[in-house]
Amino acid sequence: MHYPQVIETTRELFEEASRGDRRSLARLISAAERGEALPGMPLAFQDDETCLCIGITGAPGAGKSTLVSALTQELLKTEPCAAVLAIDPSSPVSRGALLGDRVRMQTHSMAQNVFIRSMATRHHHGGLALATQSARRLLQHCGWPLVIVETVGVGQVELDVVKTADVIVVVLNPGWGDEIQANKAGLMEVADVFVINKADRPGLESTRRDLEAVLLNRPADNRPIIVETVASKGLGIAELAGALAKVRRELSSNGTLATRRTEQLALELEQQVERQLQAALKTVRQSKMFEDSLQRVAHGQDSIAAAASKITVQVLSRPPEHGNR
Amino acid sequence: MSDVTSPEQNKRILMAKTGLDGHWRGPTIVATALRDAGFEVIMIGMVKAEEVVQAAIDEDVDLIGLNIGGHIDVAVRAVQSIQQSCQGVPVFAGGVVPPHAKRKLEALGVEVYPPGSQLPEIVSAARRLTGLSGALPASD
Repeated sequence: MHYPQVIETTRELFEEASRGDRRSLARLISAAERGEALPGMPLAFQDDETCLCIGITGAPGAGKSTLVSALTQELLKTEPCAAVLAIDPSSPVSRGALLGDRVRMQTHSMAQNVFIRSMATRHHHGGLALATQSARRLLQHCGWPLVIVETVGVGQVELDVVKTADVIVVVLNPGWGDEIQANKAGLMEVADVFVINKADRPGLESTRRDLEAVLLNRPADNRPIIVETVASKGLGIAELAGALAKVRRELSSNGTLATRRTEQLALELEQQVERQLQAALKTVRQSKMFEDSLQRVAHGQDSIAAAASKITVQVLSRPPEHGNR
Repeated sequence: MSDVTSPEQNKRILMAKTGLDGHWRGPTIVATALRDAGFEVIMIGMVKAEEVVQAAIDEDVDLIGLNIGGHIDVAVRAVQSIQQSCQGVPVFAGGVVPPHAKRKLEALGVEVYPPGSQLPEIVSAARRLTGLSGALPASD
């Protein structure tokens, strides 16, 4: 967005955003999405247990957006404000995206105490955008301690949300698979709370039964809570909020929250390193050295593995690009 | 699809429907074409001008697309209010807009694409309005 009076520096944007200016906050999130350096961005929430990030994940069409909207409404009864990061996939072909989650969140479209941001994955796999964690940090730094992250509709492998959010909610529907399906799904192992949404549909009982059977394998003190909701009618949402509050207390008191936040940081660090390595590889790809290696492999003078090792040494010998996230 | 931008240059467009009249079909087709041209398109459905403003600010969009329906004076007021709160963000519009209404909107600096407009024309307008009119960036 362009501005009548141009705010130049990130520092100024921080100041404005911390004072509650939504434009500046929005611009900072855009900068994070572009991968720009945000010098001085503090780890505001790292030890701050008044901050919380709730991750909502589940299959496409499970009703995540509607649930997020209803949950936000419910949480605002006790929380002063809430921010939502709604992630949708980018097209791998055009790199464009249709971000439609706001359509289901129109209740909050004029609320000053709700900040909704749609984010495209921009080629990042794992069910979240690469900048999700940065956006969360920005929000929490700028006076939005409660952040709800809604992932893209995920299958069984996109589990980034586990290392981004503090509390994980997995949304299912009645008729969702059988017991076997429930067993193999990676999602099943990460949930703190299961929501069976659209609970007014047939198949509720068998889904609940299958779910409970799978969860029997988990230690009794670490068994996820199951909540039934009809998000479109607001049913079960208070129970969900209650379950989240309970989980939050437990994670806090048994030290799990601190552990999870360290894991979140580790993932962020890994991703930054990957980004720098990719940038270095891109540069090396243009070099004569790469071209020579390619020719040697093509003419049978070198194995792919040997050539790759030499190229890797080149990549690693490049100085890291400081400040370029 | 050759018409791609690099992720760093992903431009964001807000698509909204103002006024009671009109349909989702048009905006949806346009939104899909814009996505296929590499834009990130945020849909917000049928909303009031103030809601467009808040979404445009929070989403930090580069362009606002309005599907105009209903009485032209209402649309003009909506556009004025959006332009005032989102200075610097261009607005373009589609929908069933008769010629006299089109002139009123154009007088406000809004480009209007009434029924019969071609999608490539709309996409190229979006590129131009978001500052992508130059050469396509090198693909990586």
